[in-house]
Parts: sequence; structure tokens; C-alpha cells
Amino acid sequence: MWLFIVSDAITFSAVIFAYGYLRLAAADWPRPFVAASIANATVMTFVLLSSSVAMVLAVRASSLGKVSAAVGWLVATALGGIAFDILHIHEWLGLIGEGVRPFHNPWGTPMFGAAFFTMTGLHMLHVTIGVVYLLVIAVGFGRRKFSATDVEVSGLYWHFVDLVWMFIFPLVYLLSAKTA
Amino acid sequence: MEHAETTGLKIVFSVWFGLLGLTVLEVILAYRQLPLQTMLSILMVLSVIKAALIIAYFMHLRYEQPSLFVTLIPALVFVLIMMTAIFADSTRLAHMRSLVQ
Repeated sequence: MWLFIVSDAITFSAVIFAYGYLRLAAADWPRPFVAASIANATVMTFVLLSSSVAMVLAVRASSLGKVSAAVGWLVATALGGIAFDILHIHEWLGLIGEGVRPFHNPWGTPMFGAAFFTMTGLHMLHVTIGVVYLLVIAVGFGRRKFSATDVEVSGLYWHFVDLVWMFIFPLVYLLSAKTA
Repeated sequence: MEHAETTGLKIVFSVWFGLLGLTVLEVILAYRQLPLQTMLSILMVLSVIKAALIIAYFMHLRYEQPSLFVTLIPALVFVLIMMTAIFADSTRLAHMRSLVQ
């Protein structure tokens, strides 16, 4: 899992670097995120960080042999992921409603939409896969088919997804906050 | 990964509050009228601190064998440094566009 995480980290870095490149090269990068969007993204960050803590507690419970507690915390972590996805899709639909498309938007350089949807979409995909992964692990661990190590490894993946958001949130949202 | 060392709950919750606090700090900073470069630098330093906290305590890399850290992190940092090689080009693009217009 660690090797996968490092390679996935490089994938995300490449996407983030591409965003930085496009933004530097474009003269009129839009800053469309109003206070409500920033508040929404901040809540999403809190949800994801808190789900990571639930994951730590799940790993802890599983290594102590407390099966039902571990399953409960795993489900809580997955619920955090689902809440994150719902808030994020709500955000997407808002932007799409305002006319943002991958190669067109009402404010500035057309590449904004491509960069935004690629970065946040790739991350949302990771969260969604993570939710499925955690639920599979929860069921399997509950039936004692998976070991505490399996729970720990799924935890590594989940914390990594959280970690990536710690970069996407400031770079995409905070640096494009509508201040005026 | 073999030895499932459990991080103390006290540390977990301190790290959690630390991460939430740093996030609030970042959001406050976003509304300061700072030059883009300054803001980018501050936000990136804060994000790297947050990432390091997550890796060290949530992913408990701090409690693993040092060889795991040596295997993973320097290679990642090296690749990231290599990626910065393209950056000078993006400002050149912006400059060329202004020449055309």
C-alpha cells in the first residue's frame, strides 16, 4: 500500500503541477469562489479530517481485537466520505449551474473548468473508491475474514486521500477566493 | 506495517485539533490582501505541515522502521523537484502571449 500511495501521490502532484502551470501561463485566471463556497469547502475539510480520526480509532480498535467497535468506526469513516462526496457534488452542481464547463466558463480563461474538474474529480473518485473499500473491509472484518492488518492498510489509503485534499483545498479554493 | 503500534489517543486528538486549527488559519489567510506569491508560499508551508502530521501520526510512519521512511520520502521529494523543471516555461508562455497581442 505504501508503494501505491507514493505512486498515487506522484499522479496527484503531476495534476497539481499542471494546474499551477496553466494558472501561471493564463493572464485571467478566475477567482470565482464566494464566501458560501469557501465555507462549504471548509466544512468538507473538517468532515474529511474527522473521518480520518474515526479511521485511526477503527485501526486502534481492530488491533486491540474489538471487532464491533472497529466495524462501527469503519462505517463512521465511510459515512464521513459519503458526506464529503455529497457536499462536493452539491458544489459541482452549483458551478455547473453558473455555466462552468471543462472548456468554457463565464469569467476568464477556459482552462479553469478543465483544471478544476480534473483535480477535484480525481480526488472525488478516490474518496468514492475509498468509501467502497472501507465498507468491504468493514463487512469482511466483521465476519472475521480480514485481519487487523487489512484494516490498517485500508487506513493508510484513507489518510492519503485526506492528505491530498490538504493540498487541493488551499490551491484550488483558497487561492481562488472572491475577495472583492 | 507488521507491528501495529497504537498511537496514544491523546496524541491523535491533539493532532486532529492541530489540523483543524491550521485549516482555520488558512481560511483566514485567504481573505488577507497578500501578494499571490506570499500567500502561495504561506499556504504551501502550512499544507506541508498538515501533510507531515497526517503521515507521521495518522499513518504512523513515525513509529515504523526508519528504512520505510528512507525508501518512500526522498524518492517522492526528488520527483517533485524534477517536476518543477517545467515551471519557468509557463511564465515564458504568458510573456509570449502578451507579445502576440
